[in-house]
Amino acid sequence: MIKTDILIIGAGPTGLFTVFEAGLLKLKCHLIDALPQAGGQCSELYPKKPIYDIPAYPEILAGDLTYKLLEQCKQFEPGFTLGERAETIDKQEDGSFVVTTNKGTKHQAPVVAIAGGLGSFEPRKPLIHNITDFEDKGVEYMIKEPEFYRNKKVIIAGGGDSALDWSIFLSDIASEVTLIHRRKEFRGHLDSVEKVQELKNQGKINLVTPAEITGILGQDKVSGVVVKQADKIEKEFELECDHFIPLFGLSPKLGPIANWGLEIEKNAIKVDNSLDYQTNIPGIYAIGDVNTYPGKLKLILCGFHEATLMCQSAYQIINPGKRYVLKYTTVSGVNGFDGTRKEAPKAVVKKIE
Amino acid sequence: MEADINIKITDRNGVTHVVLAPTDMAMNLMEVVRSYELALEGTIGICGGMAMCASCQCYVLSETKLPEMQDDEEAMLSEAFNVKDNSRLGCQIQMTPEMEGLEVMLAPES
Repeated sequence: MIKTDILIIGAGPTGLFTVFEAGLLKLKCHLIDALPQAGGQCSELYPKKPIYDIPAYPEILAGDLTYKLLEQCKQFEPGFTLGERAETIDKQEDGSFVVTTNKGTKHQAPVVAIAGGLGSFEPRKPLIHNITDFEDKGVEYMIKEPEFYRNKKVIIAGGGDSALDWSIFLSDIASEVTLIHRRKEFRGHLDSVEKVQELKNQGKINLVTPAEITGILGQDKVSGVVVKQADKIEKEFELECDHFIPLFGLSPKLGPIANWGLEIEKNAIKVDNSLDYQTNIPGIYAIGDVNTYPGKLKLILCGFHEATLMCQSAYQIINPGKRYVLKYTTVSGVNGFDGTRKEAPKAVVKKIE
Repeated sequence: MEADINIKITDRNGVTHVVLAPTDMAMNLMEVVRSYELALEGTIGICGGMAMCASCQCYVLSETKLPEMQDDEEAMLSEAFNVKDNSRLGCQIQMTPEMEGLEVMLAPES
């Protein structure tokens, strides 16, 4: 059991900034995120794209913003459970909550802050009529352990970076790699596209374009797929394989959080914006893009503000009746849980002769 | 100020709405749909309008002249589902006075 003061669901910008604000109040945080890295949408969708409305940054790349937020909160030593999705929440007799992930990791905290953005990122599944019959029986939407494909015949579908990168990577492991895409053009980093071209020329990757997979073959497990190719003349044929890996990107879904008994409106969690962004369940807050209230704007800067007010309220739950007044970091400095201290340099007092 | 234009949008439940779209606010079709709440929040414009998610895919039903498709829109549509010959990404269609009478239907959520 991982124990902390504030359990944050979602390691995007709002969740990361919560760690800093909580740290100023001497509250420890732990973050859960379905993605394997921190940063949320900023890292997953558009790390190389600029953002222009972060106060004091005329321009900052989304990936750099994540890096700076991690840097800003690191002295408060946040814990991370990455690559796991928060699945269930159970209220304990002492008022605390236990949140369990899809992999069974348990976390306990008196306060839960949902900073889940648009939800957890789930793979987009192609519309193949019998695909669900073969999930985990040869159809995998994500590659978790490349060794799993050693000496296997693998078919990858998709036209983006992950389809290209995994085709390259698996060409050394699998006995056969076939890449299927609806067009001849791929959108990915230039070096990945060139590398696939090179491996195709060497016969290490079979390329089938423009083509689509229309069916999956097999009894209890995948034994092949049906491919429809439309290069000048349309033809349909079967391709043998042990694994079919469709890589069509990720799309966010509110997911299990929707069943936590929280009041949901417009695919978002209703909160009390007149006070502290608490949900209808005391002790559970929702901040950032995942919440809604009259006049809500889904902006990173609004998430920062919501996180700050939320932490003040969480302090009251965790330290009932204990006095506290807001302090300015410039005045009080920042005392890290790791023993570090940042402070403003003292004024120099010196006589002028 | 430029005039608003009338466009017809059929939502995912098959209901057709005639709406007024401003042409002077740098709005695209996806944003017009959101401003009238014709699709559930969180199911359209997920990437914010970067042609990176295809949640704003729509089918163009009228003969209205539209801006030519750019590479990123074409690439995204090639990876999207339920794509037809008249598919476009709403976020890549900026509203202009010439689009008076545009008719579109939102593609299913995927």
